[in-house]
Amino acid sequence: MNFWQVLSYAAWIVSGLLFLWMLADLVSVAKEYDEDFLMSSREGADELMDQ
Amino acid sequence: MSTSAASATGGERITMLKVLNPFHIWALGVGIVLVGEFMGWNFSVAKGGAYGSLIACWVIGLLYTCVAMIDSEVTSTVAAAGGQYTQAKHIIGPLMAFNVGLYLVMAYTMLEAADALVVGDLMKSGAEALGYAGLDTKPFVVLTIAFLAWLNYRGVFMTLTLNFVITLFAFFAILVLFLVTDPVHPGAVLKHSELLTDLPYGWIGVIASLQFGMWYYLGIEGTCQAAEEVRSAGRAIPLGTMGGMMTLLVAASLTWYICSGLMPWQYLGQAVTPLYDAASLIGNTKVQVLLFIGTMFSAIASANGCINDAARAWFSLGRDRYMPVWFGAIHPRYRTPYRSIIFLIPIAVSFAFTGLLDQVITFSILSGLLGYTFMSINMVKFRKKWPLNSIKRGYIHPFHPIPAITLFILCSAVYFATFLGYGASLLSIMAFYIVASLWFTFRRYQFVKRGDQFTMPWPRPKGY
Repeated sequence: MNFWQVLSYAAWIVSGLLFLWMLADLVSVAKEYDEDFLMSSREGADELMDQ
Repeated sequence: MSTSAASATGGERITMLKVLNPFHIWALGVGIVLVGEFMGWNFSVAKGGAYGSLIACWVIGLLYTCVAMIDSEVTSTVAAAGGQYTQAKHIIGPLMAFNVGLYLVMAYTMLEAADALVVGDLMKSGAEALGYAGLDTKPFVVLTIAFLAWLNYRGVFMTLTLNFVITLFAFFAILVLFLVTDPVHPGAVLKHSELLTDLPYGWIGVIASLQFGMWYYLGIEGTCQAAEEVRSAGRAIPLGTMGGMMTLLVAASLTWYICSGLMPWQYLGQAVTPLYDAASLIGNTKVQVLLFIGTMFSAIASANGCINDAARAWFSLGRDRYMPVWFGAIHPRYRTPYRSIIFLIPIAVSFAFTGLLDQVITFSILSGLLGYTFMSINMVKFRKKWPLNSIKRGYIHPFHPIPAITLFILCSAVYFATFLGYGASLLSIMAFYIVASLWFTFRRYQFVKRGDQFTMPWPRPKGY
């Protein structure tokens, strides 16, 4: 197995790990926080509006 | 239930972090676009010759200057993610907003896929140059999307700071290439007097080249998506967007000047990486490596910005219930639209695995173009409903309504140009959005909470 083949396998593995990390975090956030809080944002106001 | 969750029930709202400054906005806009100078713009040369491409460069530059001016004014009053989607929602109404939101998601997700394909192809070319033929591009395409999505997931500040560094590097690479072509001595390296010809296909060729002239600037309007995360939307969005547009006009003109002085139009019109080819023709290995890295960085910066923008557009659609409300969540620690970021990963990978770069880019350009067309209508309505002094604006664009009218006329010309080359694509994309509009009107809109979607502290519009 040469360098480029190793690099290709490494790219697959790192991609998979990153995706799994995001999925795991998504699940843990869902368990830890209330759904209403996570979706409670509203369109923002700028300080320009407050002048 | 955690403390944060408990406090939510007590009325506390989650918000995106307001951490971005005008340099981040510049990096978002220019970062998405600059890959278009490294590749793609030169297909306009095949349609209209070198001079035709220069005309397209400046005419489409005018189109995007109108886009940047209009975006800057409207977004300086709308401190909300979603950009043009949010503008359309407040100024015109839900159906147009839904369509514009969909254009944005499709345009950025497809552009992201195309950028990832470019990174994969560059890895393959690099491996070939180092003696290994036949490298599979798929793992590098997936890694590009996965890594950038992870970065976007973890926070907007780091994401756009990285974009600033690599975009600046890519712009610097173009400047270095320009300087090594000895521009103060015409004829020494650049052979314009020998290579430039008359218009090979006449003025119809120039019109046909307008479609590919879009590559010089496609995506600069993406700056608006960061409006909810800048410290001051009234200051940062106009500064970052207009500064970005000036950078792109310089980069586009330099790119045309370098390439048209080194390559005949017949070759330039079908080159895959024209700026890298220009560096190869000069014969300076260091500049060649610089341009290879610049091309790679520009593609990564573009994909990075596209993930940022597509996720915010999708998040905004979810927040207003135009799409399932589940997508309207913000991460409690990183303050990013994390569910939208994850959801769009497999879609981008699917587009990338089709390998159809041409069609993917054409769909992306057409989606963008539909959005620009509606922006001209938005602007006229905006000034009528909320005249100057009725809302505090961070930026007021000059000569209204000339930019809006100019934008509409130029968009119509690009539709005609697209019809000449990609008539079937144009008609199929129109059919797609008509079907989507019917679905929204008859199926989806019943789930929208009418009052909840309009929360901006704007005064009542004139005449209502």
